[in-house]
Amino acid sequence: MNPFKFWIPACLLTLLLVLLAYSGINEYLFFAGFVVLQGIVLASAWNILGGYAGYVNFGVPAFVATGAYSALVVFKALGAPLLVQILAGALFAGLLGLGVGLLSLRLRGIFFSIATVAVIFILETVVLNWRFVGGATGLQLTKPEPSFGFESYTRMLFAVMALMSLVAVAISRYLQYSHIGQGLRALRDSEEAAECSGVPTLRLKVIACTISGALLGAGGAPMPMYLSFIEPASSFNLSYAISALAMPIIGGIGHWAGPVIGGLLLGSLQQYVTVTISSELNVLVVGVLLVLFVVIAPDGILGWIKSWKRSSK
Amino acid sequence: METILEISGVGKNFGGFTALEGVDLKVASGERLGLIGPNGSGKTTLINCISGALFNDGGSIRFNGSEVSRKPAHERTRLGIARSFQIPRPFRSMTVLENLMVPFAYVCGISGNKARAEAREILGHMGLADKADVLSSQLSQVELRKMELARAMAARPKLLISDEAMAGLAGAEVDEVIKILFELNAMGITIIMIEHIMQAVMSFSQRVVCLDAGRIICEGSPQEVVKNPHVQRAYLGH
Amino acid sequence: MFFSLDLLFEAVLFGLLLGGFYAAVSLGLSVSFGLLDIPHVAHPALLILGAYATYMLAGTGIDPILCGLLLTPVFFVLGVVLYRFYYETFEKRGSDAGVRGLAFFFGLAFIIEVGLIIAFGADQRGVEAPYIGSSYELGDYRIPYRMLAAFGVAILVTIALSTYFSKTFTGRAIKAVGQDEGALRLMGANPVRIKQLAFGIATAVNALAGAVLIVIGPVEPSMDRLYIGRTFCVVVLAGLGSMSGTLVAGLILGIAESVVMMMLGASWAPAVSFGLLLVVLGLRPQGLFGR
Repeated sequence: MNPFKFWIPACLLTLLLVLLAYSGINEYLFFAGFVVLQGIVLASAWNILGGYAGYVNFGVPAFVATGAYSALVVFKALGAPLLVQILAGALFAGLLGLGVGLLSLRLRGIFFSIATVAVIFILETVVLNWRFVGGATGLQLTKPEPSFGFESYTRMLFAVMALMSLVAVAISRYLQYSHIGQGLRALRDSEEAAECSGVPTLRLKVIACTISGALLGAGGAPMPMYLSFIEPASSFNLSYAISALAMPIIGGIGHWAGPVIGGLLLGSLQQYVTVTISSELNVLVVGVLLVLFVVIAPDGILGWIKSWKRSSK
Repeated sequence: METILEISGVGKNFGGFTALEGVDLKVASGERLGLIGPNGSGKTTLINCISGALFNDGGSIRFNGSEVSRKPAHERTRLGIARSFQIPRPFRSMTVLENLMVPFAYVCGISGNKARAEAREILGHMGLADKADVLSSQLSQVELRKMELARAMAARPKLLISDEAMAGLAGAEVDEVIKILFELNAMGITIIMIEHIMQAVMSFSQRVVCLDAGRIICEGSPQEVVKNPHVQRAYLGH
Repeated sequence: MFFSLDLLFEAVLFGLLLGGFYAAVSLGLSVSFGLLDIPHVAHPALLILGAYATYMLAGTGIDPILCGLLLTPVFFVLGVVLYRFYYETFEKRGSDAGVRGLAFFFGLAFIIEVGLIIAFGADQRGVEAPYIGSSYELGDYRIPYRMLAAFGVAILVTIALSTYFSKTFTGRAIKAVGQDEGALRLMGANPVRIKQLAFGIATAVNALAGAVLIVIGPVEPSMDRLYIGRTFCVVVLAGLGSMSGTLVAGLILGIAESVVMMMLGASWAPAVSFGLLLVVLGLRPQGLFGR
């Protein structure tokens, strides 16, 4: 498992994407590309708890919205730059992950999942009643001028999201091959046996939930700047929930490359469907693909590749 | 003889149902103890309380002198209590070798080549050396049972609890497992064996304890316990 | 806190009726999750589907609750098909059904919700019936007839299911299959067919419960998320697998929600069910009547 085999191509690719943002290509590419890259971040984040540990988070919109609203608050109250917004998003969403984890990771998997649904309700209620962030009607925002010599703010966001994808994938890859990843895999396979093998299961689960939450929040933090407005309906959008689940499952859960593959394929498909048909149908397609893959190809595309490799030997 | 495990007045309730009541038990270091009792007598519940899968209600559990009854299972494993499961619980996504690497890493703090070498040694003892790189999901029943024991061994335990490791195995396979347990005991490990196969219990145990309806009803040498009228009634009466 | 005893009494009364309704919509889950241990997070979605199916059928002029009754055989078949599918994909292979099983039902719930949005739009749909909109006057209090209807249906279905599970062979087999498949096999019954039957019944109950849902008030596709909290709260509070326990648990939730809404307002309603669920799981996970 040679680290250079990952880092050199990954950094080159990211660099390529950042340079692309300086080019004169049609603005729409960056607008759509941002969403695809964000998908990779959210999918990688979900995979850390869902794929590695086996605990399914249904409440992704709550974490993404926490990121978005935290970013908004520090921007509106302190005029914070984008980097600080993202860090704020990661911090508060990470705290949310920590809290939810401590409260509900002692329970069976299904009850943890239901608890994550509860989080959506609670947070949405908080936001709806908070006038500073615009309540139910939301807020309009004026984007500042883009820095680092980018032509437009959207291009800068695209580059930022490319960097964030690199970070998310790198963290996810590091966790997979680390001591923690070994423990998570053991507890996913059999929590009881893992405990009896010395694995501190609760501690590891909470760590995974916190990191997962933080990355989800980081992915959601740029949203207010991206859309120039923020409102509960789009921040808590259900499509985040289904995409963050579908991408790793389609790509292959339990491996860092799964969310990347799933994110690229599904993300591009989603952009195509939204533009050519409708956005509701886009979400329906994702749902159907999720169920199809769960039933037919449980190990996702990576699983196909693995078995194809094995049979060709 | 040093006492490695001391259980006093341990009870366990599930809602309205009393699974264990007033259980007192002392296990000497290096002993081979057999634990028997009809289905539902509380054997597995007692084991779960000792290993930490459950917390006992009332009473105390002292291991090597220190109180462990409020410690989570993974801490007890680090202190030296290991167990195998009645229904094997392999880490299915891992090979046999990788299964052993988990306790090596998390209990003993060793990894890499050192751990792999030691793991292969243990697997050799168990007769699983050639299955080291096979996915654990592809093992047979008896191989799984052996892997359970191997994995428990990788935690370098002082006390090993074998929970019906021979259930459903055929004659020769049962002998294989008993032989392994004797070898482990010879290395100094205290072993508590839960079994329904009376032959195995008789030949293996130095002392036998019988549970019924959550209480210890008899304790003594295997021959004594088996002849005890309370024990016979417990098994036949159910 | 400033409230009158009168208001409290009215809230409790309303809560009892509401509770009966909550029991009715949770009975199916008591079977599928409580008895069969299937991670059926799509149960509320099927409930909403039942409500919309009732809406469509009621458009022909038939009484809504009767529509629900008429839809039960259709939903029974749907349940059988779904279980068969789930069994062939997950239980048979015995693999990590954990993540995949949850993802499957989540995906299913999602498809139903989005499908309903595409078909009916995101706005609310309601039905009309002579007993919707009018109330029974009991002294100073008004008891809406539709709530009485819901309560009545809940009691009847609870009694029917309880009797079925304790008096008939197949019913008792269903109760047993969750605990000891081996023994069941020895008795000559096929566990898979038993579970299939059970899931079919659970889904059929959802048709009727869905009808009751839309009678109580208008429905919209996103309601399934709210009902995840309520139904799982009732089932866990009852104790997995107890039918009569479901009724009692439903009443408790109904009263709790009603009183909280009276004191703090309607936006606090979701917090009650999810909160109560977490409390029960923390303090007494086997519920009130669980095994």
